Amino acid sequence: MEKLRERAAALLADGTVSLVIGFEEGTKRPRPFFCRTSDQASKLIFDSRCFHNLAVYVTKKELVGKEPFAVTAPIATLRSILQLYVENQLKEEQMLILTADPAGELFELRSFDEISAYVANFELKRGEREEEILHKIEGMTREERWQFWLNEMSQCFKCYACRSACPLCYCTKCVVEVNRPQWIHPWPAPLANMEWHINRAMHMVGRCTACGACGEACPVGIPIDLITRKMMEDLAPEFGYIPGLPARQGNALSSWRLDDREQFIR
Amino acid sequence: MMSDSNTFEPKIVAFVCNWCTYAGADLTGTSRLKYATNVKIVRFPCTGRIDFLFLLKSFAQGADAVIVSGCHPNDCHYTSGNFHARRRWIAFRAILDLMGIDVRRIQFSWVSAAEGAKWADLVNNTVSDIRALGPYTEYQKVAEYLEKEGFDGEA
Repeated sequence: MEKLRERAAALLADGTVSLVIGFEEGTKRPRPFFCRTSDQASKLIFDSRCFHNLAVYVTKKELVGKEPFAVTAPIATLRSILQLYVENQLKEEQMLILTADPAGELFELRSFDEISAYVANFELKRGEREEEILHKIEGMTREERWQFWLNEMSQCFKCYACRSACPLCYCTKCVVEVNRPQWIHPWPAPLANMEWHINRAMHMVGRCTACGACGEACPVGIPIDLITRKMMEDLAPEFGYIPGLPARQGNALSSWRLDDREQFIR
Repeated sequence: MMSDSNTFEPKIVAFVCNWCTYAGADLTGTSRLKYATNVKIVRFPCTGRIDFLFLLKSFAQGADAVIVSGCHPNDCHYTSGNFHARRRWIAFRAILDLMGIDVRRIQFSWVSAAEGAKWADLVNNTVSDIRALGPYTEYQKVAEYLEKEGFDGEA
């Protein structure tokens, strides 16, 4: 952590970057911190409690501007950044990534290939919570799944925290704001909630990197991150990508193969 | 919707592409082939244009099943519209299944402009399948919520 602070301070002092996006100590847990001077760098922290996906800020033009900046990124964030590169949302020359491995060794990554090589060392695994809930869902009948999600979705009050927390939800105009005609009803109601969450999942197919930020952000604790996560796991072999390691081969839904699965088409 | 004989008549919405299936369905008519009247055809420029939400909107509006059909692979008027659509359907089916929506009620097919008889078979088979499954009240109940509360969806 000390190494990270020193490095960040040095980068800011010699003008290599004008901003370091990192974490500082919050009231109960670390919170995002935008460090603009070398004096502030001493407030930076980076440990296992820093799970917010800071990649959500790197596409915000009003925040990062055109100057070079640095971002401290754990593995989950690196995966999101790779996907953002794949979608041409980031400039390699503008961003420097500071990360530390579990042993505390500091790494500086500057390009898609460097990040990709680093992330490849870490396999994407289901955590205890994911395993438990997904195992439960996998054992259900269709009717039970419908009831399960209907119950879960009944708590949703459309705060769109899931959308704000997701680094890949960077559209400036979202489908739920399409109102001529109103495409998805803005109020929280069973159908409107179901449509929003199915829409969100559909827009994430082949893009989600399972950082879990959406589920973490949900104020009522709906396990929405598991929908996109399960899609990623199930469709990865189908669409030929490695979960959690985005590659520059086009997104699942923007590309196709002649031999895509067709048994369900009569 | 019940007919006189009290059998359940499913409401089916068919999303078809302009170049193949719509022409195919037209051929069914001009060939004087008789088929079930339960289907309401919506014409699209290409299967690639069929948004996944259209399917859910149909269920919400009371459809018991949906048919989605377009050109056979390699026959697309726009070269790759149906390939993109096929990928979208693979993903969409997977999501619907996870959410517990009845994917048996969505019938995907390829019907070319020369396959009038296939279109008739497709509709007839779908109607008999859905007749066995019964109306899709499960989803419609969720959609009805607002009407019961006194709201109307569209201003």
